[in-house]
Amino acid sequence: MSDTKPRKLKINILRYDPHIKGDEPHIDTFEIEEAPGMTLFIVLNDIREHHDASLKFDFVCRAGICGSCGMLINGKPGLACSTLTSRLPDEINLAPLPFFELIGDLSIYNGKWMRGMNERLETWIHHKEKELRDIDRIEEPMDPDLAEEIYELDRCIECGCCIAGCGTIQMNENFVGAVGLNKIARYRLDPRDERTDADYYELIGDENGVFGCMTLLGCEDVCPKKLPLQSKIAYMRRQMVKTGLNNNIRKCNCLQHEEKMPEH
Amino acid sequence: MNIIYTDVLVVGGGLAGLRVATGVQERGHHTIVLTLVPPKRSHSAAAQGGMQASLGNCAMGWGDNEDIHFEDTVKGSDWGADQQVVRMFVNTAPKAIRQLTHYGVPWNRVRKGKHESIINAEKVVIEEKEEAHGLITARDFGGTKKWRTCYTSDGTGHSMLYAMDNKAHEDRVEIHERMEALSLIHHHGRCYGVVARNLMSGEIVAYIAKATTIATGGYGRIYEVSTNAIICQGTGQAIALESGIATLGNMEAVQFHPTAIVPVGILTTEGCRGDGGLLRDVDGYRFMPDYEPEKKELASRDVVSRRMIEHIRKGKGVPSRYGDHLWLDITILGRKHIEKNLREVKDICENFLGIDPAVDWIPVRPTQHYSMGGIRTKHTGESQTLKGLYACGEAACWDMHGFNRLGGNSVSETVVSGMLVAEYISDFCDSPQSHIGISTGAIEVFVEAEKEKIHRLLNNEGGEDAYVLRRAMEKIMMEKVGIFRNGKDLQDAVEQLEQLHIRSKNIGVFRSKSYAANPALVVAYRTQKMIKVALTVAYGALLRTESRGAHAREDYPMRDDINWLKRTITSWPDPEQTLPTVTYEPIDIMDMELPPGWRGYGKKNIIENPDSAIQQAKIDAIRNELLKKGADRFAIQKALMPYEHLLPERYRGRNERLYERFDEQKDDQ
Ligand SMILES: Cc1cc2nc3c(=O)[nH]c(=O)nc-3n(C[C@H](O)[C@H](O)[C@H](O)COP(=O)(O)OP(=O)(O)OC[C@H]3O[C@@H](n4cnc5c(N)ncnc54)[C@H](O)[C@@H]3O)c2cc1C
Ligand code: SF4
Ligand code: SF4
Ligand code: FES
Repeated sequence: MSDTKPRKLKINILRYDPHIKGDEPHIDTFEIEEAPGMTLFIVLNDIREHHDASLKFDFVCRAGICGSCGMLINGKPGLACSTLTSRLPDEINLAPLPFFELIGDLSIYNGKWMRGMNERLETWIHHKEKELRDIDRIEEPMDPDLAEEIYELDRCIECGCCIAGCGTIQMNENFVGAVGLNKIARYRLDPRDERTDADYYELIGDENGVFGCMTLLGCEDVCPKKLPLQSKIAYMRRQMVKTGLNNNIRKCNCLQHEEKMPEH
Repeated sequence: MNIIYTDVLVVGGGLAGLRVATGVQERGHHTIVLTLVPPKRSHSAAAQGGMQASLGNCAMGWGDNEDIHFEDTVKGSDWGADQQVVRMFVNTAPKAIRQLTHYGVPWNRVRKGKHESIINAEKVVIEEKEEAHGLITARDFGGTKKWRTCYTSDGTGHSMLYAMDNKAHEDRVEIHERMEALSLIHHHGRCYGVVARNLMSGEIVAYIAKATTIATGGYGRIYEVSTNAIICQGTGQAIALESGIATLGNMEAVQFHPTAIVPVGILTTEGCRGDGGLLRDVDGYRFMPDYEPEKKELASRDVVSRRMIEHIRKGKGVPSRYGDHLWLDITILGRKHIEKNLREVKDICENFLGIDPAVDWIPVRPTQHYSMGGIRTKHTGESQTLKGLYACGEAACWDMHGFNRLGGNSVSETVVSGMLVAEYISDFCDSPQSHIGISTGAIEVFVEAEKEKIHRLLNNEGGEDAYVLRRAMEKIMMEKVGIFRNGKDLQDAVEQLEQLHIRSKNIGVFRSKSYAANPALVVAYRTQKMIKVALTVAYGALLRTESRGAHAREDYPMRDDINWLKRTITSWPDPEQTLPTVTYEPIDIMDMELPPGWRGYGKKNIIENPDSAIQQAKIDAIRNELLKKGADRFAIQKALMPYEHLLPERYRGRNERLYERFDEQKDDQ
């Protein structure tokens, strides 16, 4: 590796600052010499420090765990901090994740969207007793496998990549997305949460929830945590269909979703 | 002027900040949390390894209790900790973890029966008790006698933070994201809130509160390479310092983690070694048993980090273009274990190194990791000098870690201190003393000062480049205020940082002039603050002519219990002074439950204080006498160093364990 000449990378960034009057979306191109182990985190900081100090983007952990740095990398949603340039072609196009409110350039306000989603779906454990009655006592046991299963779904980092990769949300902005449906699946699995399927049905039993999804899996392909979104959404839909039928609620088009739908 | 009033202002949306916020909100006080990033993206999310709490459910933790956790923590601190605070902490940690379970953290659980584990490079079989099945389990971490570190695979911090943030949603805590505290508002020795800047719109806002809490995390980013998130820049400590009234404690106490990957400094968790991973040198040789025959790879962090550097200095490092490193070998744990329990580590190896840790060794080097120092507070979390200002979590020094923190004790500290401080703050807010006595005019002075600073930065043509100063500071800290320190380098560091500080007053923002979202402006004002924080670290380290915990002086290799059993207190009373003011707060051996001794690992290199033996004899006498009378461990502890009265009443209870059942105890009595 050391005797081949380092590549020259061409970085095209979609820029727009809504705070600057008259600014229009445009592409700025920067040339960077590739270095071993270089990630897009290193590239973008290098550009900011040496080429354009006004370039806006978000990194926090720079280790792929905080979910701050989702962006479109050559058109595909992904985490910039954990993307090695060596896995990309010479020309790299970067754009902010679509759908979320834009702060500027690659920086988006997805924290606000996530907060709204969490509040709407009430993504917290619902107990009869809000606080633990006796904090000094031995905890309730939980099946070790179940604890691990819950953790599997708890691993979502709210990066928003699944939202950016989803066709439904582009048509229906009230759709809770794979991230939201996965959260409900997580709480449904958790015996500490006392909500019933009827309660969950209230939250996601409509076209803004599980019946809006067209199961085309843009989401699972792009999820950096490789969450099993496909199987969880399908499972949730089956449960909600049952609940809907039991409740005698008619969802005319919901069962269709079990069939294959055209690509979005 | 935009002024927002609330009862309690919390600066910081990490574990500590959120736990304070939900605590005070539940006691009926309106709370606003300010944070640079959405709370779930705070640095707390990065904690992989676990949280210490002496539950004693798993076989290797059997018999654990507060006393042992106390002893481990005090030894880990190299006797720098406030022992009463440590007692408060160890008694509350089991409660905190049980409460987090209620909030939804899916802790890994004990599985009854036999299972294989790796201890000291050998396969062993551990048998878990039937009655423990399904209770919270624990893993081994450095510097602990028992397996005490509870975890959710390797996403402990993530799960804890998500549970806390969700709880904050449930409690309807108001959270103001991308809102950066720039300075404290205070009047007649009382803190009334902060001036903050909206990082999206640039708006300057005054937040006024009865009580203000700083929970902004550590200051690792003053170093060139750090395991910390890039927002761990010490601005919370800086604004306390800049008040001229609040003080900082033990800023020179900076921890280096043994195993961050080379070159980027991303951490591989201590769980790697806890689960049986080994350190190897250029020859593939496992060297730690030569240095630490007893604890080997699992001595406390400061010790392992120093041993690694010692070994590299002997020429045993693995050369690379980024300097020498050593290997972390977890291949012996097997792919199944790695993919299940150490998956984040596997992801990190794949994404940042392009290697497979089930097959390849991981290149590692000790790297800046944790800030023991912070805003000096009383056991209540309140500043010793600025009333109404509180601090907790990594931002604070209340002081439970002394000169070295044990792995797993930090996330534990965040929630424990959050629980406790929320009670003290609520008590304060319930009292008439909490009345807000500051006029709009006085508030305006603070707001205008910040506006003026920003205006100057944006309009200073031909000023200094903040990036240049920042990089210089990072390099100085890295090269001269690192794992091994010496007087000459530290003197250089202080002088050079002082010059940087003077130059930083003349920073100008060029190329990017927006008053709204503007990363260049942010770099500019944070750099000014960071250099001051760096100075407190370097200056404290220069003056401390001994070695204690993570502070290792090559020219003063002994721990000096005669002259240096004291806390470093730093302040910046006059904005014109170019070095911080340093004073000391004594730590009295005669108040200790565990007088200074040898830690049981590391070099036995101590200048002993005669008081240690006297206090030890006194303790032994009391203990023996009480034992003769049949006293239990609680009675003995109480006789040695009472602390319960310091705890809020609701958290004074004993903790139930499988071998300390409440009902059985009652039967005994
Ligand atoms: C990689 C890594 C792994 C770790 N693993 C473990 C482990 O396994 N076990 C363990 O016990 N400890 C671990 N630690 C340490 C532990 O994670 C931290 O000490 C702890 O999470 C700190 O929590 P905190 O709430 O004090 O601060 P943080 O989580 O850092 O939160 C700080 C908050 O303050 C906000 N903030 C900062 N400055 C400002 C400002 N000026 N204005 C407004 N808001 C501001 C930020 O937005 C953030 O919300 C680890 C640390 C690292 C680096
Ligand atoms: S399956 Fe398709 S429609 Fe459903 S959430 Fe995923 S991306 Fe959106
Ligand atoms: S489900 Fe996956 S892609 Fe969607 S927010 Fe969570 S981690 Fe990101
Ligand atoms: S910066 Fe945290 S995931 Fe990329």
